Amino acid sequence: MRIKLTFWRTVFLVIMALGLYSTYVRYAHGLGAVSNMSDQFPWGFWIGFDCLCGVMLAAGGFCIVGAVYLFNVESLRSVMRPAILTAFLGYLLFIVGLLFDLGRPWFIWHQLIYMNPRSVMFEVGMCVMTYTTVLFFEFLPNVFERLDWKTPIKWIHKIYPVLIVLGILLSTLHQSSLGSLYLIMPSKLHPFWYSPALPFFFFGSAVAVGLAMTIFESTQSAKALGRHLELSVLVRLGGALLVALWVNALLRLEDYFHRGLLGQIVKPSYEAYFLWLVLALSFVITITLLSFQKVRLSPKGLYLASIICLFGFITNRLNVSLIGFETYVGHHYVPKWTEFSVTLMIVALGFFLFAVAVKYLPIFPKEALAADPTTEPAVAVPLGEPVLENAGD
Amino acid sequence: MSKALLYDSTICIGCKQCEQACATQNNIPYDDTIAAEEKTSAHKLTAILTHGDKFMRRLCMHCETPACASVCPVGAFHKTKEGPVVYDVWKCIGCRYCMAACAFNVPKYEWGSLNPRVRKCIMCPDRIAAGKQTACAEICPTGATKFGDRDDLIREAKERIQQNPSAYLNRIYGLNEVGGTCLLILSSQKVEDYGYPASAKIGDTPMPEYTGRVMERVPDFIPVWSLVLGGIYWISHRREEVAAAESQERAKAREHDKKNGSSR
Repeated sequence: MRIKLTFWRTVFLVIMALGLYSTYVRYAHGLGAVSNMSDQFPWGFWIGFDCLCGVMLAAGGFCIVGAVYLFNVESLRSVMRPAILTAFLGYLLFIVGLLFDLGRPWFIWHQLIYMNPRSVMFEVGMCVMTYTTVLFFEFLPNVFERLDWKTPIKWIHKIYPVLIVLGILLSTLHQSSLGSLYLIMPSKLHPFWYSPALPFFFFGSAVAVGLAMTIFESTQSAKALGRHLELSVLVRLGGALLVALWVNALLRLEDYFHRGLLGQIVKPSYEAYFLWLVLALSFVITITLLSFQKVRLSPKGLYLASIICLFGFITNRLNVSLIGFETYVGHHYVPKWTEFSVTLMIVALGFFLFAVAVKYLPIFPKEALAADPTTEPAVAVPLGEPVLENAGD
Repeated sequence: MSKALLYDSTICIGCKQCEQACATQNNIPYDDTIAAEEKTSAHKLTAILTHGDKFMRRLCMHCETPACASVCPVGAFHKTKEGPVVYDVWKCIGCRYCMAACAFNVPKYEWGSLNPRVRKCIMCPDRIAAGKQTACAEICPTGATKFGDRDDLIREAKERIQQNPSAYLNRIYGLNEVGGTCLLILSSQKVEDYGYPASAKIGDTPMPEYTGRVMERVPDFIPVWSLVLGGIYWISHRREEVAAAESQERAKAREHDKKNGSSR
């Protein structure tokens, strides 16, 4: 155990050291020196992964909050705090990523004074800014509880309905708008990924990934903390994930059918390989796995399925943002190692902050079955599967 | 009345004086090495491309409804009423959405700079405001690049094709592409061979409409979706309140019964 811990600490330190070097290159020599972005590829790995995938991976916050508060799925309450924490850290790190990617990050505040409401990017920016604030307030009770401040907790509870509605509204807007960003590039983005339905796909995949990410992070942290994880929670999440995946898969299929691309997507081509990879990972394998009751009832099976699903949807967003432009541009874009290293540093920072927060704040209930003490004593109404399915949509 | 440029590649002799004049106008260094670069970049806002004895010029198209202006989150680009699409470097935060969105790949970036700017031809807005031509049109020795009112230039372009149909392809590039542009191109060859996107590919739809269709729903979506979410929240919590109130009443009633029972 001791050796294992040291090993991961060493890895962390190496990642941070390389990341700091890349950070130096970024701010001392500019974007050209640190990345393989060019006039042909103005958006690279940082936009594709840090921004598009980062926001998607942080979607668990609004999914679980919505299920618990809007649809009374009480059994998910025990994973709500970790989901909110993941979302909060995810958005903070997304902003850190932006500070690397923006050419003039010191002017990021211009967004607040020179507004262009016609711009999708403007909408995303405003939503992310406001939603990060909402998440901060949703996260605050952890700190207050730890400090044993009773009054501020009461205040936050007063505004909780507003926070919840606002949080889900903002998430709906910007999760889908990340897809809308690409609507203005019909002549550049490959037809496999350019679709008028992009905003719907981005929102749908955010919900699926939000659920998968919650399975992943609660299993992972339960393992790390040596805690017993409630199986019923995972089973619920797994069931919802299966429904969300079906909805996503049918939407995609309908889109390809509607645009007459079904013949093209089965023909081998550079783009088709990447598309197949996504379809296999996020739909075929995961849906097949989750269709077996044995897998759906086993923590290991659910963990595996959620990881495969996450890889699938991450690949999908990289396809939309990078692979989908290669044929148009006429050459490949391969990120420079410094680009990877900055991203790795940000991800490692995320894991580190999560671990610290879990250690010092009451993120996980004291006992697996203990009810959340901060919330008003709700009369638990156990609700059936259909309600959860709605939450998944 | 919107101003425009008409570039007639059949008259162009490839002297590259427009490149020189453009560099001078924008305070960009210009020498033989840069002259030999046959593409636009952050340090070359217009370029003459050579294919044998034929030439083609590249510069910003100055769209009637520019994608760059519509996508910029801080409105660093805007279309002036005289025609030029101009850039305000102070506003720019460097997100490069303009570069990703432009169908003609016009905006270029100062990748090596620590305070990078987006660079593109801005059609000499100061000169136009002063009633002068653009620097490139003024210097052009053959009139291959001609400055004027857009409508007049379109009429003239059509006349040139009519008078000399064998010298031109029957097409004015920029007339309707992405809703029309303020750079109009006449040529004997396909402009696509010089890196311009095919008309069929980019279409005649103004670019901002693609995102506008979604963005225009946002103001309606916000109140409706808030009401729906708030409604669901209210309903699901109302049930709890009612249940809590009922159980409280029952408890009271029980207590009441107990009291009555004991007093009896």
